[in-house]
Amino acid sequence: MKNIQTDICIIGAGPVGLFAVFEAGLLKMRCHLVDALPQVGGQLSEVYPHKPIYDIPGYPEILAGDLVKNLMKQIEPFNPSFTLGERVDSLEKLPEGGFQLRTSDGTDISAKVVVIAGGLGCFEPRKPELENLTQFEGKGVAYMVKNPENFRNKKVVIAGGGDSALDWTIYLAEIAEKVSLIHRNETFRGAPDSAEKVFELAQKGKINLILSSNISKLNGNGKLNEVVVLDKSKAETAIPADFFIPLFGLTPKLGPIADWGLQIDKNAIEVNTEDYSTNVEGIFAIGDINTYPGKLKLILSGFHEAALMAQSAFKYVYPNQKLSFKYTTVNGVNAF
Amino acid sequence: MDISITVIDKNEESVVMELPTDMSLKLMEVLKGEGYPILATCGGMALCATCHVQVLAGYENLAEAQDQELDMLDTIPNLTDTSRLACQIPVNENLNGAVIKVLAEDNI
Repeated sequence: MKNIQTDICIIGAGPVGLFAVFEAGLLKMRCHLVDALPQVGGQLSEVYPHKPIYDIPGYPEILAGDLVKNLMKQIEPFNPSFTLGERVDSLEKLPEGGFQLRTSDGTDISAKVVVIAGGLGCFEPRKPELENLTQFEGKGVAYMVKNPENFRNKKVVIAGGGDSALDWTIYLAEIAEKVSLIHRNETFRGAPDSAEKVFELAQKGKINLILSSNISKLNGNGKLNEVVVLDKSKAETAIPADFFIPLFGLTPKLGPIADWGLQIDKNAIEVNTEDYSTNVEGIFAIGDINTYPGKLKLILSGFHEAALMAQSAFKYVYPNQKLSFKYTTVNGVNAF
Repeated sequence: MDISITVIDKNEESVVMELPTDMSLKLMEVLKGEGYPILATCGGMALCATCHVQVLAGYENLAEAQDQELDMLDTIPNLTDTSRLACQIPVNENLNGAVIKVLAEDNI
């Protein structure tokens, strides 16, 4: 099992988490970033990489994806390390000072300071509103395909109409005993090539394509065994199923952060604006995830918060040193 | 000129609101401002589907949804025949008299 040692563990690798590496780096503090998404950039990469942003000082216009690239270049001298595609599940304050964190995949991280730059939370699969959905999680209901082999020779029902629903239908058609794709419309808005392929597979009888229908119920005894589908004329059909994979995209959730003893108001962490510290000593919260009187959810506000946070975090990383503030124009950027 | 709409929350509680049409507001901004559980992750670009509403009355008066909105609507599990993303609905005279049900998920 990996145990990563760092000065500052930054939860969230969006623009503000990335810039925090720079501000920490100027003060010789090392950073490790963890993000539930498989790539850096947070919302900028996941939600709107091709959208222009107009309120980054010094850039009349910059694409969100380019801002992420530039930030990565800016923090390169400070050699940050990353754990991507994993969510921080637990955080423990150690009696001797510092924190121990563990991710969803069992990566352990020891840090002197924790900075939460988690935006709106972790992007998690959007779940359909079905009465007993959670009851079958891990017992037939899966929100992503991690290991396609798990579905070999099984009866799989996929719901959704986007690219991932189409792509997994095509992929699993070769592996599973039977794949049924349930979609509420007559047509797909996903990639036309994939949609065409799905219709072709249906015509050849390789998949069971059910259009203009919704999932109404899940049945099973301890383990899922059928999915009930409701069509537009309100007729119900039961489809035998070992697995049900609803693929309706991602949506942000606050997740485990809510359980760490932090003061939370409406999904945001309350902070002291002097240094963006939380009520737990040694934990800071910056960017969209924090709240204080006058808070504006702007990237530039998050950058400012990162700078002030770093000044205050210094005392936990170097308790015996006195901090003197220096400009980059005077001191330069000293890589380590 | 001001318009009037009715907003219904998940608990079926309804409120009538008078809204100004000269402030280039979007329905999402109004609902969020009034404290309805709308995240508006993407800030109004029809990219996140966290401002899902059902237009119970006045749907046909609204300007048609564009491609980006239709793509996002397609990812919502509890879509209805008159679903829209509130961030794509301008507060103007077309919205006058509409009845809006907030269907956005609670994200706690």
